[in-house]
Amino acid sequence: MTDFGNAAKACAVNPLKLSPALGGALAFLGLDRCLPMLHGGQGCTAFSLVLAVRHFRETIPLQTTAMSELSTILGGADNVEQAIGTIYDRARPNVIGICTTALTETRDDDISAELPFILERHPEWQDLDVILASTPDYAGGLEAGWSRAVEAMVQALVEPSGRRRTLRRVNLLAGSHLSPADVEELRETIDGFGLKAIVLPDLSGSLDGHVPDDFVPTSLGGTPADLIRGMGESVMTLAIGEQMRPAAKALAERSGVPFTVFDRVTGLEAFDAFVATLMDISGTGPNDRLQRQRSRLVDAMLDGHFFFGGRCAGVAGDPDLALAMSGLLADLGCTVTRAVTTAQTPATEHIAANAVMVGDLDDLEQGLGESPALIVANSHAKDLSDRVGASLFRAGFPVYDRLGAPQRVSVGYRGTRDLVFALGNLLMDHDDTHPHPAGETTGERENHDRHIDATLAAG
Amino acid sequence: MNKNKLAAAFVEPGCAVNHDKSDRDRKRGCSAVTLQPGAAAGGCAFDGAKIALQPITDAAHLVHGPIACEGNSWDSRHALSSGPSLYRTGFTTDMSELDIIHGGERRLYRAIREIVERFQPPAVFVYVTCVSALIGDDVEAVCRIATEQFATPVIPVIAPGFAGSKNFGNKLAGRALLDHVIGTREPDHRTPYDIAVLGEYNVAGELWQVTPLLDRLGVRLLASVTGDGRYADVASAHRARVAMVVCSQALVSMARELEARYGIPFFEGSFYGTAETSTALRTLARLLVDQGAPEDLLSRTEALVAEEEARTAEALAPYRERLAGKRVLLYTGGVKSWSMIAALQELGMVVIGTSVRKSTEEDKARARHLIGAEADLFGQIPAKELYARLKRGDADILMSGGRTQFVALKTRTPWLDINQERHHAYAGYTGIVDFARQIDQALYNPIWRQVRRPAPWDQPKEAGHD
Ligand code: SF4
Repeated sequence: MTDFGNAAKACAVNPLKLSPALGGALAFLGLDRCLPMLHGGQGCTAFSLVLAVRHFRETIPLQTTAMSELSTILGGADNVEQAIGTIYDRARPNVIGICTTALTETRDDDISAELPFILERHPEWQDLDVILASTPDYAGGLEAGWSRAVEAMVQALVEPSGRRRTLRRVNLLAGSHLSPADVEELRETIDGFGLKAIVLPDLSGSLDGHVPDDFVPTSLGGTPADLIRGMGESVMTLAIGEQMRPAAKALAERSGVPFTVFDRVTGLEAFDAFVATLMDISGTGPNDRLQRQRSRLVDAMLDGHFFFGGRCAGVAGDPDLALAMSGLLADLGCTVTRAVTTAQTPATEHIAANAVMVGDLDDLEQGLGESPALIVANSHAKDLSDRVGASLFRAGFPVYDRLGAPQRVSVGYRGTRDLVFALGNLLMDHDDTHPHPAGETTGERENHDRHIDATLAAG
Repeated sequence: MNKNKLAAAFVEPGCAVNHDKSDRDRKRGCSAVTLQPGAAAGGCAFDGAKIALQPITDAAHLVHGPIACEGNSWDSRHALSSGPSLYRTGFTTDMSELDIIHGGERRLYRAIREIVERFQPPAVFVYVTCVSALIGDDVEAVCRIATEQFATPVIPVIAPGFAGSKNFGNKLAGRALLDHVIGTREPDHRTPYDIAVLGEYNVAGELWQVTPLLDRLGVRLLASVTGDGRYADVASAHRARVAMVVCSQALVSMARELEARYGIPFFEGSFYGTAETSTALRTLARLLVDQGAPEDLLSRTEALVAEEEARTAEALAPYRERLAGKRVLLYTGGVKSWSMIAALQELGMVVIGTSVRKSTEEDKARARHLIGAEADLFGQIPAKELYARLKRGDADILMSGGRTQFVALKTRTPWLDINQERHHAYAGYTGIVDFARQIDQALYNPIWRQVRRPAPWDQPKEAGHD
């Protein structure tokens, strides 16, 4: 049951939601040689930039149209035109991804209508793709912005293909809840079936944490625009996360590529479904490596379930992330007392938790019930987990107080196994410091002892 | 939005920067940097206002706007508190589309009530942002009514992002304090040694490196504006005998106003480096004595300075040996462009360049004087150029804020955080020693030799492998 937030509540306390424009910008970083730009006040870009830099531990190309009060009132087309020119001259990107903000949408500043005229005036930009995503702050959170940006990429670039198909090629639409390493893991799995994937967006080449030989003022290593244009020729689109459904649909409408949405690819059964689809498409079975990985996951679940059963957890994150993490915890016997998320989407309905609500971190804190052992949320939940005495597993965005968050794999058999270990270890630590009455390790032993005592007394 | 308020803040007759400006420039005041779309970087006025006021630790800070402003920024500032933690709670009206269409005043009012009822803070600061300003929410009126209804001061901070830069926001925050807070309370008692410090935000605990020195002199920090601040103390800042402005540009207008209204003399100073710290303490003592404090404060200050300087020199000696001659590129701004130079030179380091973005003409002159004629004073430089310089090996270490951190690291150059998000405190006599230690650790970490090694496949082939 989803409870759509405390309608009476006027004030968000310790917000969970991030701005959609930030999500849109992150998605654009998954295109090759792209420079994302927020259409709004310069402060919006500054805040987004700081968060992204802290999370990825990388320089992040991100620009702003630097709207002032005056330019907002007069309309922002001039700023957009000027900004594109400046960026084009200085950074020579292949793509500029524009994300609107509440400020510019509030003015009904219709950039989508103006943009064609702007581009027409500048034939010198013809090798440049300019993509506009509508990502006002009041429409969802980071995930919503990501979703809308990817949909905009498809609308702007994918060419209608008629019936032409490139055999053994699939599209992989990656949701905002996937790390660069997750994307790489999925691509390798797909490769393993002799298939080639066009991934959109693809942060695995640009934000995977490496030391390039030179400085590039744009993203480097994401999906090239030319590949995206040809996505209409793939045999199938695999969409990861409900948030990718609109983009998958748009692709199908443009070019007839059928699609499947996987609400999650974390967890044994969930990934089995993904693998079964790949078997169908490729007509081949899994390689030895994948079979081995599945067996290792099964073993990890056998070893680890003791530490999950009967424990209580709280989860906070954008809908698809909350669905994946709550789902895995539930798979292992852990009760998610409350899941808090940022928007109502088709995924929200399927989050495995006693209570699901659209809200903030304070709603999570108030709804954890007694003795939660684990919190799964972004780094902002650090104080909260200290206050309630739970271990914090950092997931989502931003994660700035752990090394390697973008490199963590949480999908597939291998990623799920690692996740079971990481979560299980946290729960084990928590058991050691907070003996849990319902816990297998202490609780069962006590019951057992009591039972023996009773038997002895009776005897 | 209240145009008069904004206009008033632009006018800065006494500010050193404005002196040298033409009439037109002067009217544009400090927000005057025209931003270039597609090439701007930097925080907005709201950011600046929040930085300046959020360190009031027992107050609630409520951001009236859609999610971007607070959702993307709360919990990322490292101003520390010795007690209350309410200031770290992120409050926002998270305006919806409906609020934007129908006006957000009712939601704001209800949000204030929720905060007052649940947390009972001594005050609530309400920050206007671009959208709430644009749609014309009368935040001042809501705050006025809420103040009466809830018997709690509710202070409007009119610094919407698009009003200007972060610096300008600092200044608007000062305005909010002058208009609504300072002078509204009286201290329990007064002493001839009461001071106010303006513009020190206790980032990473820097204020705490200074307060023990004041304690030993018997000088009382009546009001910290605003590092580790308490609302009631800030409200009684008008009873300070002397004020010190730590961040020169942003809050100097506030200091002038305090002087004009309450006759509080002020000076600008810094706590970075031994010499600057000693100068600050001496100036404080002298001004207090001028204001009627007993004369012996001067000799006691001299004794403390002598003792601390000797101790610091001794603690620094081993570092000086290792740091002497190392080349530093400073990429910061404002007052730090010169105050940091002094501290670095004290360690025997060579500052090869410093950025003077956001610095006043006076700041620039001081930086130039310290750094010498050959060194480089520059404004904002594109990341690409910074990268090229470091890659060339122009500097042994880059000191900057988090944003350029990875530009340095990708060139395999040591880096030290000297901005807001840093975790180490560098103020006062103990601070300079910590600063030296941090630089030393950054420069001499064993990774540098390793990460600069070519990969086995890039090694020049050695002839004869036996
Ligand atoms: S620029 Fe305006 S909308 Fe953006 S963060 Fe600053 S106040 Fe908020």
